Amino acid sequence: MILCGMIIAVLIGPFLFPHSFAVPGTETYAAPSATHICGTDLNGRDLLLLILEGGRISLLVGICGAGISLIIGTSYGLIAGSSSQGIDNSMMRFVDILYSVPRLIFILIFINAFNERLQLAASNHGWDWLVGSSRLVILILSLGIIEWLTMARIVRGQTLTLRERSYVAAARVLGEGYWTILWRHLLPNLAGIILVYLTLAIPSVIIDEAFLSFLGLGVQAPQSSWGSLLAEGASSINPLKGAWWMILFPSLALLTTLLALYSIGDALRRSISAKNQ
Amino acid sequence: MLRRLASLPVVLFCVVTITFFLIRLSPGGPFDSERKLPPAIEKQLLAKYKLDGPILDQYTGYLKDLIHGDLRLSTKYRNRSVNEILAQTLPVTLTLGATALLIAVTTGVWLGAFAAARLGTLVEGGALAMTLLAISLPSFVLGPLLILIFAIKLSWLPVGGWGSPMQLILPAVTLAIPYAAVIARLLHDSLRDTLVEDFVRTARAKGLSERAVVYRHALRVAILPVISYLGPLAANLLTGSIVVETIFHIPGAGGFFVNSILNRDGFLLGGVVIVYCVLLVIFNLLVDLSYRLLDRRIRES
Repeated sequence: MILCGMIIAVLIGPFLFPHSFAVPGTETYAAPSATHICGTDLNGRDLLLLILEGGRISLLVGICGAGISLIIGTSYGLIAGSSSQGIDNSMMRFVDILYSVPRLIFILIFINAFNERLQLAASNHGWDWLVGSSRLVILILSLGIIEWLTMARIVRGQTLTLRERSYVAAARVLGEGYWTILWRHLLPNLAGIILVYLTLAIPSVIIDEAFLSFLGLGVQAPQSSWGSLLAEGASSINPLKGAWWMILFPSLALLTTLLALYSIGDALRRSISAKNQ
Repeated sequence: MLRRLASLPVVLFCVVTITFFLIRLSPGGPFDSERKLPPAIEKQLLAKYKLDGPILDQYTGYLKDLIHGDLRLSTKYRNRSVNEILAQTLPVTLTLGATALLIAVTTGVWLGAFAAARLGTLVEGGALAMTLLAISLPSFVLGPLLILIFAIKLSWLPVGGWGSPMQLILPAVTLAIPYAAVIARLLHDSLRDTLVEDFVRTARAKGLSERAVVYRHALRVAILPVISYLGPLAANLLTGSIVVETIFHIPGAGGFFVNSILNRDGFLLGGVVIVYCVLLVIFNLLVDLSYRLLDRRIRES
């Protein structure tokens, strides 16, 4: 419910505001009032509008990034779970190692290394749409690349139990190939658990994105996300002038979305494990 | 175990290689910056680090220096070697990380056991809802909020900085809370599964109180998933401390890491990443070792 409301709000919300709210104005750091419900920022822009626009980016990154992690994680887990024990062991050992390495740190370097190259390539090929948002594209890709580990573990565990079921054995006896069995018999039965972990992956990706943007290394101006808004808010508080709304409202937006997603994932997970028992 | 030990240099080698090539792939030479060096000096530096040769020579040169424990010079903070910078900042980061680890594990284990000892009650539900809320509170949300409440409105604790124990409280708590919640949930779930096992039933049949059953018998077995989570936890804390150090203006290695990316300070960046990874790999090895010891003791007894 909350989540649907949030998605609708960020999709249509920004169109409902008068143009003057979006351009830099004279009312800098205005406290929340009837015209500016959440106050204004350093440049006199309306904070509510900024939050809604930032939400678009945050949710877009979250959903796309989780989608990519879903594809990688599911295929990795499926292949590991259905292969011989030796391959399975070394594939999962690799996942263990990745778990204990600070992946976000590598992603930071990765984004930094490839952003300008991509931008250059895009402008050389005349892909204008890519030039402005190359950082966003690379951000989504790289977050998808690091968030697949949990998915791979879960899918592999499920595959290990599923492959012993009689209908899989029957398919094997009937002479169906390895890939056909994966695609036709194992994957459909994994759909439920994949969906659960997708709803849990989206908030993780959103958090990671906010983390990067908070450090000024993710989404950059003129685009904004909840993370970059929070960074602005955090830099604007000190004992002299506390622009508390700059932190409170972006935090609330992020928090409600994450909470909604985690609760859905949690509830789904419980219902599935109850069904299995 | 020996195989694990043998895989250590392999992992480190991969880390070094990936880091080196990612940084070399970044645009710009290591010594281009706002303040241009005199050409003669730049040439000398390039020659010293073999950066004027083909990339393979650069790579082997870097490896050689690393083996000798030399992380080279920072290209932004001239006159300071990466070793010096890390020797000053790393203790700060490690103190913060260790404190946060301690807080996360103690509160997490306490809360998880507390909830699991009250299975099916409202208290359990409330505790679980609380952990869900805490997991959704990333440090960059929690940090500013805590500053706003405890430092600005109530003036109980300092806003930031480093040096006194009072200044350690807010950042360590900020860093620890989400992971305390993760540990609490982990322990709660594993306790719930353990509490239906035979040896727990035996303990109950002996007439022990529910509290003694949970804390003394079941906890020993159920703690294992928490122990194996310590490795990823340490990685997350090190990553998270970058943000926390920024929020609380703590002069740790994290701030230098962010700056080294923005300044294209390749050797400093590589130094931080490599030292972090070495620490984590060693920590993981220790966790692994203790897990095996505990696990064996449980299976034997």
